[in-house]
Amino acid sequence: MNTNEGRISKISSMLKNKEASCTEITKKYLSEIDKLNGELNAYVNVTPETALEAAAAVDEKIARGEELLPLEGIPMTLKDNISTSGIETTCCSKILKGYKPIYNATVWEALKAQGAVLLGKTNMDEFAMGSSCETSCFGGAKNPHNTNHVAGGSSGGVASAVGGNIAAYGLGSDTGGSIRQPASFCGIVGLKPTYGAVSRYGLIAYASSLDQIGPITTSVEDAAIVFDAISDYDPMDSTSQGKKQSAAEPLKNPIKGMKIGIAREYLEGIRDDVKDAVLNAAKVYEELGAEIVYFDLPALKYALPVYYIIACAEASSNLGRYDGIRYGYKTPKYNDVNDMICKTRSEGFGKEVQRRILLGTYVLSAGYYDAYYKKAQNLRGSIVKSFRGAFEQCDVILAPTVPMTAFECGKAVSDPIETYLTDICTVPINIAGLPAVSVPCGFNSKGMPIGMQLIGNTFCEHTILNAAWQYEQSVGADIFKSAEMGVKL
Amino acid sequence: MKYEMVAGLETHVELATNTKIFCGCTTQFGGEPNTHCCPICIGLPGTLPKLNEQVVNYAIRAGLATNCEIPEISKMDRKNYCYPDLPKAYQISQYDKPLCLNGYVQLSNGRKIRLTRIHIEEDAGKLIHNHGDTYVDYNRGGVPLIEIVSEPDIRSAEEAKEYVEKLQLIMKYIGVSDCRMQEGSMRCDVNISVRPQGSEELGTRTEIKNMNSITFMAKAMEYEFSRQVDIIENGGKVEQQTLRYDEATDTTSSMRGKEDANDYRYFRDPDLVTICVPREKVERIRAELPELPDQKLERYINELEIPENDAKLLVKYRRVAEFFEKASAGTKAPRTAANFIIGQIFSILENDGAKEEFDIKVSAENLNALIKLIDDGKIKMNLAKKTLAKMLETGKAPSELIDESDMGGLDEGALDELCRQAVSSNPNAVADYKSGKTKAIKALVGFVMKNSRGKADASAAEQRLIDIIG
Repeated sequence: MNTNEGRISKISSMLKNKEASCTEITKKYLSEIDKLNGELNAYVNVTPETALEAAAAVDEKIARGEELLPLEGIPMTLKDNISTSGIETTCCSKILKGYKPIYNATVWEALKAQGAVLLGKTNMDEFAMGSSCETSCFGGAKNPHNTNHVAGGSSGGVASAVGGNIAAYGLGSDTGGSIRQPASFCGIVGLKPTYGAVSRYGLIAYASSLDQIGPITTSVEDAAIVFDAISDYDPMDSTSQGKKQSAAEPLKNPIKGMKIGIAREYLEGIRDDVKDAVLNAAKVYEELGAEIVYFDLPALKYALPVYYIIACAEASSNLGRYDGIRYGYKTPKYNDVNDMICKTRSEGFGKEVQRRILLGTYVLSAGYYDAYYKKAQNLRGSIVKSFRGAFEQCDVILAPTVPMTAFECGKAVSDPIETYLTDICTVPINIAGLPAVSVPCGFNSKGMPIGMQLIGNTFCEHTILNAAWQYEQSVGADIFKSAEMGVKL
Repeated sequence: MKYEMVAGLETHVELATNTKIFCGCTTQFGGEPNTHCCPICIGLPGTLPKLNEQVVNYAIRAGLATNCEIPEISKMDRKNYCYPDLPKAYQISQYDKPLCLNGYVQLSNGRKIRLTRIHIEEDAGKLIHNHGDTYVDYNRGGVPLIEIVSEPDIRSAEEAKEYVEKLQLIMKYIGVSDCRMQEGSMRCDVNISVRPQGSEELGTRTEIKNMNSITFMAKAMEYEFSRQVDIIENGGKVEQQTLRYDEATDTTSSMRGKEDANDYRYFRDPDLVTICVPREKVERIRAELPELPDQKLERYINELEIPENDAKLLVKYRRVAEFFEKASAGTKAPRTAANFIIGQIFSILENDGAKEEFDIKVSAENLNALIKLIDDGKIKMNLAKKTLAKMLETGKAPSELIDESDMGGLDEGALDELCRQAVSSNPNAVADYKSGKTKAIKALVGFVMKNSRGKADASAAEQRLIDIIG
């Protein structure tokens, strides 16, 4: 059995040992992007100049004999809703086409300062609203394991790029599963940190109380390295708290005696191949000396409606600012200011975004607020409490990431309600503000990856990544297998 | 039938913090359009607000100065509406958990105008219409405001005026706002209805928006009162609506009816955390409160024995009151300082604005020194007044303007000597006096005063002159 080696660790050691220069590696990535992006549609904006400039600076540093930081010189990508000064940031929406931020998101500022090499901005569902990446105004990103299938969403572009080896890692954002679901679909690792662990400043908001930025990587260790690099208290984000402790340090600790919980509700309505793979993983954990405990989490059944009410309510307010007056798309013909705003929004927003804005506006309206929004907030409270109770019985919760594997292209768009249901396993985590990591746990009969989630208590990223790493070491590169394409290191 | 006015006010007061409520931009008035802005206050995608602690402190100070309770927990909400001057399409404000609750302001007639609440919020930008085009200036966007909401306890335009003036004065005293209505740092919305005198029920109200002058607010209220009374008298029904007041025609007109009322879809702003106000903080702010205008007025009248009308004039301007207190400190009668200020000093300050500014060359310490010279009998009132006039011109200290030799009174002999000189040097005046023109004596007194350089006591001199002329 081969052990899975992360791309970040690999490139880092290549640079250190002078096996290749940062410029050479970056060029390799850029040329593979050239070759593959037509098929994968992972990148919506490639930034070779920025990348090569950063790479040259890293090479100079190496030439001076200075030591490199863990992420220095690693070619990576950002989801197109993370603000990059001077580089178009569109949320894959027509309404933001041409918009170049005048400031950097805190996470990008942090990575830039650590010598990250930005290859470009990656595809996503429009304003992160979707589960297939297909609501993007650029068309959806494709799954590197089978391009007739979606990469997942909303961070589909990052997952497609990392899974297809045209980025060593990437940052996505997760509001209801948008990091974990595409990571699961593409057979890689996706971490949604605790709400407040990573600054949201500069992340173009979908639903502010649920959004969280996190890494998508090819190994658990890589995820821990990136998490450590981006999680910090940020005075610009009042809701940020930073991390309690490093995730990378205790990564390799033994997990003997660790209590891994399985909520029975989490196995309901899950496709058999996915359920089997998750239960097999539970067996691996037993072999590693962990204890499996089963429990009930009845509040889970409210998670999906609560999520769609809260997320849409916040989105309806967050997206009010796109009116064509200051930036982005503006309708060419209009009679007066109201007409201009109406037309700009009708033409600039796609269908799914309009659907969620309408839904959110409705649930906040006078006369409906109590029946929907207020009730959803109360239920959110009970979901938080149930999870708190669960963590009195176990250290980590094991669950499927998605009830199925990546669907075929075009299917999600045709049935929105069916698609909303695919978020059933991921949304409760955002509602409760907890950290969760999706890691590969097998393939179905058609060779499509299956993912599982390890869910932790707040600010326990180190615990779930520790459990994930031990699993990764046991199953190795047979399970943690990225697609046969892209850059070979 | 007789009707009574029932009105409640929503008063917006711009807080005098250096920076905006959610970012570090300056709050300075004016400036080239869109130069006091940053990604946060123009609501660029991805930006987040960060609450300015000073805004919370100022609002609590305002609440304590108006007898409010300060709850331990407060939060920020989003008020959603779409208008080009509002770059996020929502205003961050407070809905159901404001910083201050249940206060009051007492009027001079003894009535208490209850305050429902005081909350903090951000101001919007400004639209500029020019040759058919519209431009937006976001300099004002994000400037901190408090909104002071009263109960419908106001019964006349006069009361409304006094209430607003009182709020203005309190806010200035506690230093949270300059309350300049013409610059928009204070403005009022008036909710007004009428009912038969003696009735306890509330009539249908209308709201007059954006009053930025106390005089026009009173006029608008009187107009709206009689308009509503007319409707009722003629058997009609007052319609609930939002009105604007036209100063030129002194009338109100409809902005929007009840049907077009905005649904603001308030909900908690998820970008901002709960505001916790520890009791120690409230007590600290309470302890730091300066003496408030009403307390000052009472003290001036009762302890300093200043006549009520004069006391009111002193208290009306915060800087004047401060000046008065320094100038009168340790003097025999605080009234002397009051008289100098209200008489001689106010006479060179043309209007309200100038009194408010109170930009004069005399320092309170120098006026205090001058009054102490009078108290010690070193100079007479006459000389003091002349000296003060020079002080107002030059800003010099009394010691620089009065010779040592001028200090102290004139003794009997010297006065007698001067009076004799006056009689011998002014035969015409003496003759006039003798022929019955008693006013001629004034010319002789003037001679004595001039030659004693103001040191002589005018009435003693007059008496002495009459004696000499016989």
